[in-house]
Amino acid sequence: MRFSALKILKEGLTGNKGWTPHWRDPAPKPAYDAIIIGGGGHGLSTAYYLAKNHGMTNIAVLEKGYIGSGNIGRNTTIVRANYSLEGNSQFYSHSLKLWEGLEQDLNYNAMMSQRGIINLFHSDGQRDAAAKRANMMISQGDDAILLDKTSVRALLPNLNHDNIRFPIYGGLYHKRGGTARHDAVAWGFARGADQRGVDLIQNCEVTGIDIENGVVQGVQTTRGAIRAKKVGMVVAGRSSQVAAMAGMRLPIESHILQAFVSEGLKPCIDHVVTFGMGHMYMSQSDKGGLVFGGDLDFYASYAQRGNLPTAEHVMEAAMCLLPQIGKAKVLRSWGGIMDMTPDGSFIIDKTHIEGFFVNAGWCYGGFKAVPASGYCMAHLMATGQPHEVAKHHRLDRFETGRGLMDEEHRGSQHNLH
Amino acid sequence: MRIACPLCGERDSREFSYKGHALALERPAEDAGVAAWDDYLHNRDNPAGLTQELWFHDMGCASWLVAERNTVTHEFGAVRLAEDVKGAKP
Ligand SMILES: Cc1cc2nc3c(=O)[nH]c(=O)nc-3n(C[C@H](O)[C@H](O)[C@H](O)COP(=O)(O)OP(=O)(O)OC[C@H]3O[C@@H](n4cnc5c(N)ncnc54)[C@H](O)[C@@H]3O)c2cc1C
Ligand SMILES: [Zn+2]
Repeated sequence: MRFSALKILKEGLTGNKGWTPHWRDPAPKPAYDAIIIGGGGHGLSTAYYLAKNHGMTNIAVLEKGYIGSGNIGRNTTIVRANYSLEGNSQFYSHSLKLWEGLEQDLNYNAMMSQRGIINLFHSDGQRDAAAKRANMMISQGDDAILLDKTSVRALLPNLNHDNIRFPIYGGLYHKRGGTARHDAVAWGFARGADQRGVDLIQNCEVTGIDIENGVVQGVQTTRGAIRAKKVGMVVAGRSSQVAAMAGMRLPIESHILQAFVSEGLKPCIDHVVTFGMGHMYMSQSDKGGLVFGGDLDFYASYAQRGNLPTAEHVMEAAMCLLPQIGKAKVLRSWGGIMDMTPDGSFIIDKTHIEGFFVNAGWCYGGFKAVPASGYCMAHLMATGQPHEVAKHHRLDRFETGRGLMDEEHRGSQHNLH
Repeated sequence: MRIACPLCGERDSREFSYKGHALALERPAEDAGVAAWDDYLHNRDNPAGLTQELWFHDMGCASWLVAERNTVTHEFGAVRLAEDVKGAKP
């Protein structure tokens, strides 16, 4: 089934009876050419690009819950290419370009909205840092504009511009950044992979990884053993547990990140806005809810819900920036498990086990990476060689100290990012 | 979360800062080699369930604490002074 305006019109007039399920619900086969563990955004895009770019269609995605039950359905949907270090710079730039053609490629409405991101700054020092970042973005081939006070006021009239402690000095405007509908991204990749023959197997938890003489043979699951010569683990917050099944310890600590949504309001914020004093960012969804969040809770957690101190901090910051938000009710809040690495950047690499590949360490920024991550992971699994834009994201960079990507310049240590 | 500091009693978690797994009490010897140091600095068991972690009571008595905590439920178990835990090690 292909989606088109005509099809929507026809279905609308005939009671929407002609829509069919977006993907099959197959039982696992005894063997595949490749297995992807984890049906989140990254696992699904890996499967999609393995099929599309490398012609590998005898593959399965094994998901312990349902498609979209992990972080891919829990994030605040921001897409951007404003990273600045060698490695991250090329990768996120590539990802944004893939986002720009994604809906046409998938024939799926992912509600990609390049509404622009404005990072506010509130001091001369922050202005210098924004100017430096803007230059780096431009030199990597992406877009950046440094806005002065007056321009920010014109674009974002509802903010508290003259807060005595944190006056707004200006903003870094990244026009091609924005948001996309997170669930639709998962569904679009799932449908695209399924259409190319990939088996998406839900309610199938991987419980063991079979390795013989240093070579991967397949996996044990709650739905039986499945053989494959290539296995990629793409399980985000659960990376340490799955790696442990292969006898590996990863440089990852799982932390909790919360998000909040207000009741539906009339349009008041057109862009994604980040507050430079205290960690808080915000956008408005198409339903009118203000979607906002802040920093990690900063303790290891698998709870998928956080605690009140972080919620309070985020609310305070939101009030400081947009006082009218105080009248709105928070409808929902939730948390997701973040696979944090010491330097705050991700890992896409082979391992010492032949045929076993790792895709992990997405920290709190893996949504924007979904297309490029799958693209590069598929390239690695199919060819055995890292893709050009992900060749820096090696697993051994912590041990050697070479090629660390510490975007925040805080040091490569757990609990600093 | 509330943390029962052995010196100050049960206090709001906002009074404490977090330092991760209580691994720092198992610092390798200076000449232990690259692999041991890499493992110590970067690699983590990262358990889903009970764990031992270091918390610093910086807005209280300024003690380092070793707390048992469940990473799935956020429930705390025994909280001890790090110096006692370290002193008890052979
Ligand atoms: C509150 C919040 C806000 C965020 N905001 C942003 C943002 O604005 N921009 C941005 O770029 N990023 C953001 N992120 C980060 C982003 O959501 C994640 O980095 C990204 O979704 C992780 O990759 P994934 O989609 O593959 O993960 P997931 O969707 O979590 O996929 C992993 C899957 O693996 C499955 N799995 C685990 N163990 C097993 C097993 N043993 N067997 C089988 N399956 C298994 C899980 O069930 C899960 O479905 C945010 C995250 C959160 C929580
Ligand atoms: Zn105390």
